[in-house]
Amino acid sequence: MDVLIGQLATGLSLGSILLLAALGLSLTFGQMGVINMAHGEFIMAGCYTTYVVQQIVSSAGVSLLISLVIGFVVGGAMGALLEVTLIQRMYDRPLDTLLVTFGVGLILQQIARDIFGAPAVNVVAPSWLAGGVEILGAVVPKTRIFILVLAIACVAALAVALKASPMGRRIRAVVQNRDLAETSGISSRKTDITTFVIGSGLAGIAGVALTLIGSTSPTIGQSYLIDAFLVVVVGGLGQIKGTVIAAFTLGFLNSFIEYNTTASLAKVIVFVIIVIVLQVRPQGLFTVRTRSLV
Amino acid sequence: MRLPQRSSLKRPALAAGSVVVATSLLLSGCGSKASNTEAANTQSCVDTSGPTIKVGSLNSLSGTMAISEVTVRDAIALAVEQINAQGGVLGKQIQVIGEDGASEPTVFAEKAQKLISSDCVAAVFGGWTSSSRKAMLPVFEGANSLLYYPVQYEGLESSKNIFYTGATTNQQIVPALDYLKEKGIKSLYLVGSDYVFPQTANRIIKAYAAANGIEIKGEDYTPLGSTDFSTIVSKVRTSGANAVFNTLNGDSNVAFFREYKNVGLTPQAMPVVSVSIAEEEVGGIGVQNIEGQLTAWNYYQTLDNPVNKAFVKAYKNKYGANKPTSDPMEAAYVSVYLWKNTVEKAKSFAVKDIQDNCAGVSFDAPEGKVTINGDNHHITKTARIGEIHPDGLIYTIWSSPGPIQPDPYLKSYPWAAGLSG
Repeated sequence: MDVLIGQLATGLSLGSILLLAALGLSLTFGQMGVINMAHGEFIMAGCYTTYVVQQIVSSAGVSLLISLVIGFVVGGAMGALLEVTLIQRMYDRPLDTLLVTFGVGLILQQIARDIFGAPAVNVVAPSWLAGGVEILGAVVPKTRIFILVLAIACVAALAVALKASPMGRRIRAVVQNRDLAETSGISSRKTDITTFVIGSGLAGIAGVALTLIGSTSPTIGQSYLIDAFLVVVVGGLGQIKGTVIAAFTLGFLNSFIEYNTTASLAKVIVFVIIVIVLQVRPQGLFTVRTRSLV
Repeated sequence: MRLPQRSSLKRPALAAGSVVVATSLLLSGCGSKASNTEAANTQSCVDTSGPTIKVGSLNSLSGTMAISEVTVRDAIALAVEQINAQGGVLGKQIQVIGEDGASEPTVFAEKAQKLISSDCVAAVFGGWTSSSRKAMLPVFEGANSLLYYPVQYEGLESSKNIFYTGATTNQQIVPALDYLKEKGIKSLYLVGSDYVFPQTANRIIKAYAAANGIEIKGEDYTPLGSTDFSTIVSKVRTSGANAVFNTLNGDSNVAFFREYKNVGLTPQAMPVVSVSIAEEEVGGIGVQNIEGQLTAWNYYQTLDNPVNKAFVKAYKNKYGANKPTSDPMEAAYVSVYLWKNTVEKAKSFAVKDIQDNCAGVSFDAPEGKVTINGDNHHITKTARIGEIHPDGLIYTIWSSPGPIQPDPYLKSYPWAAGLSG
């Protein structure tokens, strides 16, 4: 029983981490179709933001909360810079975007290495997140509960923003039919930048949260990038709902398979399942029905 | 229409022509030298006539291994600087040719070839991962040159062209198991990264455990760079093992130890013995997450002897007071001195003279006196179990009675029969 509870909690936690890493990408890749290989480095920027803020504000608890805000701003600013300088010039060349952003990612990694050094830096978790909570014999670290809550909060905020705000309406309009949106007087240029900034900012927030469980090193982004792309592809492009469901499904799958096999084998089995799912549903679990002709 | 056609016809013809010329040049070049290729293989191009002698320092200065290997390069540079200040080797100043292995075994092999045949170095110091060493081995054997390899590794190897100055398994892993057995540990859980070193180490551990009545409660590997340990840690927690033997490498350790602490596991209840965490890594993991846990090495910065104090002082003076010294760095530093002492004993820089005279060459190293074993080219080393303290340094809590003779194939251990096959 406690094993079942423990693995359920692990799956939920893993799902929330995947969700947090993939949420920003579901906007930039899922909605805009930009293959941003530097997304992982935006996550890394969030990690280092937490480190820098902690050097200035000594209280780990306060600095974490401040970092969530600054992490969003830093990620968003980097996203804006990347969009304006490079990506906007190649919206119709997805493969070039892939290569260019991959290069940008490498540059950002090296910059981090030059500034902070190659070894991982230490981000102290606040004392109120130390230890774990015992649930029916299984121990769940408080840091993981915090990440779960944060992921839910981010999804809720994003869903409300997309559904209820005028900006959200514009984003959805551009995603569904760019030409029609433009003829209706929506500036697709402005909307693109806004979407990209929000997506990149969410990567920054993910980075802040991930310092609680992993290391803060220049290559940290790469370990989440592939998983994040997987979640978005499996979930289906263009929908937050798909990303959420895919993240938790992969989280549960991974935790239960890993418990019964090994970590390496679990990865293989999960990948095989993903391949099969994509064979049956090439568009992912959920697809957007649009009226555009493409 | 006609012009481009003509030029496009002409170009291949020209190219083909130049290929023929080049090939014939190459062939004639080979022909004239063919008679003395045998001699070229054994007779290196090392120039010993001038006032300097060249050596190579081949370390990853970029890529994922740069974290660790830059410190090895620094330690080599420090040893060379000290030796030069004392008058050099056989009266010659050492000149270091640095190369970047870029964390890629193939690059290591290429750069080793370049150092040997175009820079004509007398010896090369460096390498870290086993895959980089395995890639360089045929290069050094083919050109009959020398590599000094400074990192603890999984054993089961011995080449006349390599000197291994890090620990082999019977100087690190086996003593760690002896220590655990002495402490009354009855069961172990094995956690490691999924590649050659942890897999081989765990095979040795399992053979030892079977012969000594230690139960292996579980064995788990994660892909290199893996950052989620919730499942493995919950398996460890419910396994009831007395201790954990950790062969994880790199950033995975951060995630592992954070999770370990957060589910309430303590070094008192279930200690973790790590073989890949040195002073350098403790900072990144966060000392609050790993305080009280154990490590197995041959050298710690805190060793209390005059040679080590001088080494630590010299290193910090050169590279900064906040830079810790660690086991692989010390082994790299030692390797340069061992080369110097062997050259001076042989009174020659020639590979064959060094090989013939290496047996019994020793050096008063920061870790204590080390001596080269002429049969397997490893060195004697004292094994030490250390405990990580809140100041981020590691303090010796147990050490082997004296320097241990290297036994890379574990031939002197009856329980290890069949492991090397």
